Amino acid sequence: MQQKTEVWLGTLSLMILKTLGTMGPQHGYGLARRIEQISGDRLLLNYGTLYPALLKLEQEGAIASEWGVSDNNRRAKFYQLTRAGRKQLEHETREWRQTNAIMARFLALSEEG
Amino acid sequence: MGKFRALCSQFRAIIDRKDSDQDLTDELESVVQMHVDDNLRAGMTLAEARRQALIRLGGVEQVRQAVRDRTGFPSFEGFGRDLKYAARALSRTPGFTTVAILIMAIGIGASVSLFTVVHSILLRPLPFPRPDRLVAIYSQDDLSKPDSDNNTASGDFYDWQKSSHGYEQMAIWRITGYNMSANGGQLPEFLNAGACSWNFFSTLGVGPVLGRWFTPADDNLGAARTTVLSWSFFERRFNRDPAVLGSTIRLNGQMYTVIGVLPAWFQYPDPKIQLWVPWQIGAPSHILWSHYDHWGHVVARLKPGAYAPAAIQEISATQHRIYLRFNGTGPVEQGAIARPLLQDMVGDVKTALYVLLAAVVCLLLIACLNLSNLLVARSAARRRELAIRTALGSSRLGLIRQQLMESLLICIAGGFAGLLFATMGTHWLTSHWEELPRAYGVRLDNTAIAFALGITLLAGILAGLLPALSASGGNVILALQEGSRGIGGSAARTSMRKTLLTGEVALTVVLLVAAGLLFKSFLRLRGVDLGCTTKNVLTMNYFLRGDKYSKPEQIVSFDTQLLEKVRHLHGVEAAGLTNVVPGDGFYGDHEIWIPEHPGEAPGEHHFAAYRTADPDYFSTLEIPLIRGRFFSENERLDHDKYVIVNQELVREFFPAEDPIGKHLRVEWRTPEGENYEIVGVVGDTTYQIGRDVTPMMWFPILGGIPGNSGDSALVVRGAKDVMSLATPIQKIIASLDPELPVKNILTMEQIVGESTATSSFTATLVLSFAGLSLLLAAVGLYGVLAYLVTQRTPEIGIRMALGAERESVMRLMLLDGLRPALIGLGLGIGASLAVTRLIRSVLYGTSPLDASVFLGVIVILLLSSIAACLLPAWRAAHIDAVNALRAE
Repeated sequence: MQQKTEVWLGTLSLMILKTLGTMGPQHGYGLARRIEQISGDRLLLNYGTLYPALLKLEQEGAIASEWGVSDNNRRAKFYQLTRAGRKQLEHETREWRQTNAIMARFLALSEEG
Repeated sequence: MGKFRALCSQFRAIIDRKDSDQDLTDELESVVQMHVDDNLRAGMTLAEARRQALIRLGGVEQVRQAVRDRTGFPSFEGFGRDLKYAARALSRTPGFTTVAILIMAIGIGASVSLFTVVHSILLRPLPFPRPDRLVAIYSQDDLSKPDSDNNTASGDFYDWQKSSHGYEQMAIWRITGYNMSANGGQLPEFLNAGACSWNFFSTLGVGPVLGRWFTPADDNLGAARTTVLSWSFFERRFNRDPAVLGSTIRLNGQMYTVIGVLPAWFQYPDPKIQLWVPWQIGAPSHILWSHYDHWGHVVARLKPGAYAPAAIQEISATQHRIYLRFNGTGPVEQGAIARPLLQDMVGDVKTALYVLLAAVVCLLLIACLNLSNLLVARSAARRRELAIRTALGSSRLGLIRQQLMESLLICIAGGFAGLLFATMGTHWLTSHWEELPRAYGVRLDNTAIAFALGITLLAGILAGLLPALSASGGNVILALQEGSRGIGGSAARTSMRKTLLTGEVALTVVLLVAAGLLFKSFLRLRGVDLGCTTKNVLTMNYFLRGDKYSKPEQIVSFDTQLLEKVRHLHGVEAAGLTNVVPGDGFYGDHEIWIPEHPGEAPGEHHFAAYRTADPDYFSTLEIPLIRGRFFSENERLDHDKYVIVNQELVREFFPAEDPIGKHLRVEWRTPEGENYEIVGVVGDTTYQIGRDVTPMMWFPILGGIPGNSGDSALVVRGAKDVMSLATPIQKIIASLDPELPVKNILTMEQIVGESTATSSFTATLVLSFAGLSLLLAAVGLYGVLAYLVTQRTPEIGIRMALGAERESVMRLMLLDGLRPALIGLGLGIGASLAVTRLIRSVLYGTSPLDASVFLGVIVILLLSSIAACLLPAWRAAHIDAVNALRAE
């Protein structure tokens, strides 16, 4: 149970970074919706799970937050990438691609064999 | 870098927690609001929109807790809170807490105490430099028999020394004793002493605190007599006055110059040794070059880098060459074996100590299971509370942690009390267990305290984990519902308690069986017939040595006067003299030849243990005369060529003939040997309890041979309270020779008690551990069944309302309670069958599978389980159906 969340948290962080990196500053609700949309509604998030991940990223200095006003005039907290966050995004993207490539090869192997 | 920054912000968060909490609440509210806006736009009603939004968020409280855990240091903050909470919970139930702490204190205390003893005695290296290189070397009687080791003849030792290349040094020693004359207003006393080759101390690697050690020149037949004092003797008799160096003391009437003092920590081979003399001075001269007299203990230090098996192989080969050279003309050993010195010192008590350690570990486990059981019961009562806390957002880990904290607190308190018990227990053990080697070095050191800490934490986790896991899992809703309706109980919890109990009972059975076996063996030992009376007999030793007793007439005169006067004391029924009384040890043996049996195969050697006796000795100890007669009054001085033998000697050497009138040739009076006529056969006596009877022969003590007749044990039988005779007898001895010290004033019963001390110790201790476990198991059984009855009260009420008989209800409940006991009993018996083999070596005359012990344990366990279950079952049977149902 615990472990599953951790793994999820790892990928979730990357999704948050990427979303912020391409779409600019977002509030938490917006972030959650974007992630759902990008996944083609295949990911169903409990929005609550986003917050520990956001907090972790903020504590690490990858993102910064600020209260602002949303499109429909609601008070909301906006998150945006910091310079360190941009670096982290690049680094993690690279790593994730590498992992993916390796896994893909292995899976291909097992299908052939 | 990111990690460090995260750490800093976590610290900051602890400080301004309020702000961040408020911030999060605001943020979550805004998320919900935006979601509601969206949902409204999608056409939901306001209520539905809000409901959906909250569901998707996944529980405000849970999110908040998850975020909170990440903000601060959850384990750190939680720890303090859990601690406070657990302490409060425990203080609300002082009865439970006290019992639980006491149980753990006993378990932990006993374990730590035994661990301390085992660690100090068996595991801690000897206090010498490079103790791993020290070995004890023994001669071997028969190369084909690995346990036929024997002491070493001095002649063999000198040959080994010359031929060995693997050992840096090799030394020989034996225990001896001296009468020290009165000096400086102090009484004469008998001193336990050691005789050792000059290099003994340097082999062990010990340096003198004062003065010097022996030199090769001191260790020489004709050398001036020198002695080295132990620290305790130096302190006790000479007030630690360094001026004693170079002065002389009178031992056995001869002057010895004090040349050195040993350090206080030097207690090898045991702390009783008061002083040391050189080997060639302290050992009788005729054995120095002999290959027949196996008197010495050999210690050696392996050369750095030498291969131990090769080193001893070389010695063994040397010994075998000696054996071949003598070609069977005398009792020469065939080989030699080496043992690490530590193992050699503690070998006798090793099994006993490990048995005790295993028993206390069992006890600790039982204590843990018991605590576990109590905690399960406790958490059952708090199930609703836990369910509510789960619903309010507590994580499972948090709940487990908090429950663990309770058991940890109990164990830590128990551990402290246990440490106190352990200090007392260790002290008691070492001061009462006389045969314990290295007992002087036993103390509660850091390792023991670390051990105590370790097992305390382990016990806390062990005892707390199961209840915590079982309490925190499961369905919250079910628990909340269950709380409001009693029927059905919490089956899982009860079965958990039953499983714990089964384990407890099984362990208890193993302990009980072990205790039963040990106790039976102890009773066997105590019941051993020494072959003589032990009632109302007082014994004491004195040693006639030195110039005053260098002629047979002097010895005989002293002995006869003493006997004469003692026999006239009021209250004395009989008095006699010997050198060693039954049960007081082997003493020594001599080779015997039977002139009537010529032409026995060369290389065949017969031995018999030798004793001395005056005419009245046997009747004093009520040793029966089987054939012939005892010694007569005129068989003394030169007219002493008579011998009395025991039945075992007849069985072995005269199986089909009348031994009376036959002869034994023994090197008794002279090294050449003489013939002694067998005049009597007496009943067998045991030289040491637990050992087999050996062939034994008695020579007339009134032969007065200096050296042989000088060792005397006065044996006095009285009507009652023989101890009160000790002082008058000592006065008689002092009137005959004011310089002569008396030693070992003991009744025969005390001698028997001393030789069964280890057995008595192990048996009593394991028995008390087993009794304690039985009590714990019975209390556990009672607790579970009582709980079960409360749980099932409504059910029972329904049964009774439907017409169930009281007896059938009682039977139902009784069987329910007895089931775990029966399963545990079966498991325990099975385990016992497997493990009792391990204690075979400490059992005497008792099979490890002794049926009566196993049967007894089964009966005891059944009876106590029935007793424990009877009350709750009876209560169940007397439940009032109407009340039970109304209570719903």
